[in-house]
Amino acid sequence: MLRWGLTGLAAAILALIAYFFIKLTSESSMAFERFGLFGFTFTNDWDVSRDLYGALPLLVGTLITSAVALLIGVPIAVATALYITELCPRRLRGPLTIMVELLAAVPSVVYGLWGVFVLVPKLRPAEQWFSDTFSFLPFVGGNVPGPNYFIAGLILAIMILPIVSAITREVMATVPQDHKEAALALGATRWEMIRTAILPYSRAGITGAAMLGLGRAIGETIAVTLLIGNAPTIGKQIFDQGYSLAAVIANEFGEAANDPIHKSALIAAGLVLFVLTLLVNLAARWFVNRGRRGKRAAAEPTAVAV
Amino acid sequence: MRWTLAAATGVALVPLVLILWYLIKKGIGAWNADFFTTDPNGNFLGDPGGVKSAILGTLEMVGLATLIAVPVGIGVALYLTEYGRAGWFGSAVRYFVDVMTGVPSIVFGLFIYITLVVSGIGGSGFAGWKGAVALSLLMLPVVTRSAEVVLLLVPDSLREAALALGAPRWRVVLRVVLPTALPGLVTGSLLAIARGAGETAPLLFTAAIVQGTSFNLGERMNSLPAQIFADVGQAQDRLVGRAWGAALTLVLMILLLTIFARLVARRSRLA
Repeated sequence: MLRWGLTGLAAAILALIAYFFIKLTSESSMAFERFGLFGFTFTNDWDVSRDLYGALPLLVGTLITSAVALLIGVPIAVATALYITELCPRRLRGPLTIMVELLAAVPSVVYGLWGVFVLVPKLRPAEQWFSDTFSFLPFVGGNVPGPNYFIAGLILAIMILPIVSAITREVMATVPQDHKEAALALGATRWEMIRTAILPYSRAGITGAAMLGLGRAIGETIAVTLLIGNAPTIGKQIFDQGYSLAAVIANEFGEAANDPIHKSALIAAGLVLFVLTLLVNLAARWFVNRGRRGKRAAAEPTAVAV
Repeated sequence: MRWTLAAATGVALVPLVLILWYLIKKGIGAWNADFFTTDPNGNFLGDPGGVKSAILGTLEMVGLATLIAVPVGIGVALYLTEYGRAGWFGSAVRYFVDVMTGVPSIVFGLFIYITLVVSGIGGSGFAGWKGAVALSLLMLPVVTRSAEVVLLLVPDSLREAALALGAPRWRVVLRVVLPTALPGLVTGSLLAIARGAGETAPLLFTAAIVQGTSFNLGERMNSLPAQIFADVGQAQDRLVGRAWGAALTLVLMILLLTIFARLVARRSRLA
């Protein structure tokens, strides 16, 4: 009796996810019929007033901010994981781990609030200086508005840091002690041991951790909405304003409630977002499992591991 | 090299310190008796009111979401550990629950909007309980994943001993497995609640943003994250100040839940 009850529950979850997908597809079909699958996703023209919905600026905005987040966040997360597992004094290990996990406990709307009123004003002079000094570089130069691609990416970097760091730490913990000791026995310094024994072994896992961070960055809505400037165009330089898939849904849903084609376009954007995060997460899990090399279940339930 | 990595770790923690610093500095200033006891009243000039309806709304919706997500989540985890350890069905369920953890929260809100709000089930369009359902979808995979880990830690010898004494399966689960795993289950659930309490996106088009306090979950309902989101976009200082106060309240709630979860975890008899 228990068996059927629990099996039914589990089956219901699977059915729910399938229903989820079907409903999203059917509601967005209006937009896809009008613009075509590739037309909707890759046309550079999101103009609500003219009923034109090409999602390319949204896609580009999502990818730019996520790329910035990865470029800044992953190296720092890996460095943090390395420091905590290998190099820091034993008594600091616990407190440092807790502090990194606390970063994950802050809700995204609070990150947005802090970003808008603290980070944007404080960093704007530096961004303007960078834009002026390095304007010979591609994608740099011009006037720096408050919210822009870069600062949205920076906040995303902070938000993905705990996930990437936690999984990297887990992966590094699976490095066999023999490998590390062998390197040290052969006369390697601490850093050489890390470089030759730990990092190569963990490479797949770190890639997986980075991709999980990417998945989180792609789907983040509120912080990006507040910090990206909400301009439905593709910016020319890193400090331009832009838009992202998740942000457009959050912002325009209110006014789209009575406009069927607009609503369908937003749901289509949601579907694109869903599929994108699905693909990234599937790839990530594959990498992480390769990095773990064998059964090693997560040792503790953490809020970070989502 | 050691110092470079130490410096990187320091850089990683600077935002945390700064966020907490500003939250406390600007948030405490907004805290007063009115803040907690009056509703936001939509006035642009003069007194903008407090955030009572937001706090109550969050408590109500997260409460309902917990009542849905925790039993269902633990139930699915029980299936996975008692009957689904091998075999294709268990693996499929496990895989898709994992997939659910990666879905952006706004997509869940979208889904509930399409299925529950548009069709006007239960009377009105937006409703508190629909927001709660969206939150529970978000919390479910978190509960299931952490519960499965904890349930797997219960030694099989315990289960087998109970079965050998003649207890039916449901009794083994109810009287042996669940009580042993209880602290871990509570920890996982508290962490899921902390996550759900902070989410804004799923609530934007399911419960919407209102001002009045309501104990009727069938109507639109305010919530702390939604209220903060609404206030951030305003140009008025007092509204922004209220946003900081609300943010401090929310972070404090989440912090308390997280600390409580860790304290409960320490009392576990398992690993």
